[in-house]
Amino acid sequence: MIRKLFVANRGEIALRVIRTAQKMGIATVLGASEADAASLPARMADDVAIVGPGPSAQSYLSVQRVVNAAVRSGCDAVHPGYGFLSENAAFASAVLAAGMRFVGPDIATLDGMGDKLAARALAVEAGLPVLPGGAAATRADVHTRAAQTGYPLLLKAVSGGGGKGMRRVDRAEDLDSALDMAQAEAQAAFGNAAVYVERFVAMGRHVEVQLLGDGANAIHLGTRDCSIQRRFQKLVEEAPAPAMPLAAREAVEQAAVRLARHLSYRGAGTAEFLVDATDFSFYFLELNARIQVEHPVTEAITGVDLVEQQLLVASGKPLSLTQAMVRPVGHAIEVRINAEDPDADFRPSPGRATRAAWPAGEGVRVDTHISTGGEVPPFYDSLMGKLIVHGQTREQAVERLNKALASLHIEGLPTTTPLHRRIVSDPRFIAGGVDTGFLNGLAQ
Amino acid sequence: MDNDLPLSHEDVAEIAAILEKSGYRELDLSTRRFHLRIAKSDVAGESLTQEWQWAGAAGEVAVQPTSAAVDPNAICSPLPGTFYHAPQPGAPAFAAPGDTVGPETVIGIVETMKLMNPVHAGRSGTIAEIVVPDGTLVAKGQPLFRLA
Repeated sequence: MIRKLFVANRGEIALRVIRTAQKMGIATVLGASEADAASLPARMADDVAIVGPGPSAQSYLSVQRVVNAAVRSGCDAVHPGYGFLSENAAFASAVLAAGMRFVGPDIATLDGMGDKLAARALAVEAGLPVLPGGAAATRADVHTRAAQTGYPLLLKAVSGGGGKGMRRVDRAEDLDSALDMAQAEAQAAFGNAAVYVERFVAMGRHVEVQLLGDGANAIHLGTRDCSIQRRFQKLVEEAPAPAMPLAAREAVEQAAVRLARHLSYRGAGTAEFLVDATDFSFYFLELNARIQVEHPVTEAITGVDLVEQQLLVASGKPLSLTQAMVRPVGHAIEVRINAEDPDADFRPSPGRATRAAWPAGEGVRVDTHISTGGEVPPFYDSLMGKLIVHGQTREQAVERLNKALASLHIEGLPTTTPLHRRIVSDPRFIAGGVDTGFLNGLAQ
Repeated sequence: MDNDLPLSHEDVAEIAAILEKSGYRELDLSTRRFHLRIAKSDVAGESLTQEWQWAGAAGEVAVQPTSAAVDPNAICSPLPGTFYHAPQPGAPAFAAPGDTVGPETVIGIVETMKLMNPVHAGRSGTIAEIVVPDGTLVAKGQPLFRLA
């Protein structure tokens, strides 16, 4: 069993991991940057190790500093959260080489899945359908590939995730400047500027499947729909995918499990699919070999603590859950409250929350590291917290979300709350099953 | 630092449910470490709220640096973040002194919260000077370039 866990992350996910670890009797050390030394997760962890200054390249993204801090603090395992080094095979190898457990999949899986192109190839091997597109190592290759797929197309970071380093390109003349921005973002977020090309599907839904595996066996915990996105950043996620026939949901769930078994997947992971909004045919996009931001909607309907499952599998235990034991109940919706200014094209708005009154009540869960007086530093992503509601039906969940958003009051910096209030009262959202173009049709 | 987190989200939901059915308006809980208020709203259609305040976290609000008299020829940062001259390390800079720019010309990028935001010149002119070195943390409204 894990005795002392190093949490190599920040913000709400660091707090989330600390909560479950403490519930399981595992001591926690937070590896925090100087900018996060007074953050809520730093207060809640049993101990804090400073991993470097504010900018993530010198702290949360530094393999050497994070591993050294974990070793110095006497930890026997490292939880990487999401983003940062969570899917970095070199980091996982360094953790193992230092004699600690890595809370995540095997190095081979990270190697295969961290490289989105290799992931495509593995999915094809496992018999999953993929979108037209592929590798493009040089600028000339990008142009050649673009000529094959046609426009609109997507440039995606090979080491990507979370929409960073992703750009939609509608016209050939925009390709070069979009490529510059995508590569710069990919370099900053993942330390790897490489991008690849994939056809863009306009009327698609983003549906993903939560997976759990122990290397020998793999199960799924149902679907999540994350179609409501802005600049490829998910804004709203729900479980299960609404307005999708049961047979279509089962088809993606089975495909995801097939991939997990093909990989002998170990730990928690998410297979992402693009689903045609009209005929429910689907294409594999990527497999995220880590905990996802939106994992709480799956927890809400299944009652399974996914971080606990991660820690148990990382301790070497076989899955105690079977597919038959997973019995989802009701419907859950999560909205991301980001420090972004809706009146200035959703520009990031770091600063201090002079007041943070989050909703409370039956079926309401809030995962946040921002309380009154909490600081949002300019170095990291803009996520301030997640509001999750659960109801017996989707209708009840929507009603609870509506009430909860009405009573959410954050002062001192602008947030995406007003946007979510508009989304939740949109008739298309209330009906359910919208595609990724939803936001363009949203009333101002 | 304590070995145990004060309340789980299930606990908060349960307290909120009890409060909702009671005749009380709000519940205040103060310990040495935190203050928690769970309160009903006066407004119809709103749910309860939870407001946490942690000891030592209620500090002064950071003062936004403001450039007192902005040079009319300055192109300022549209947002706080790290200012870069080039799209990636080693690549040529977007703009150099002497370059002619138009309103839509991208002359730099500011990285804020892991997003690369293009800096547009905003008007036509000739770059006279790049005021801030590559890779510098800049405030919103801080001059980055000067036009001739």
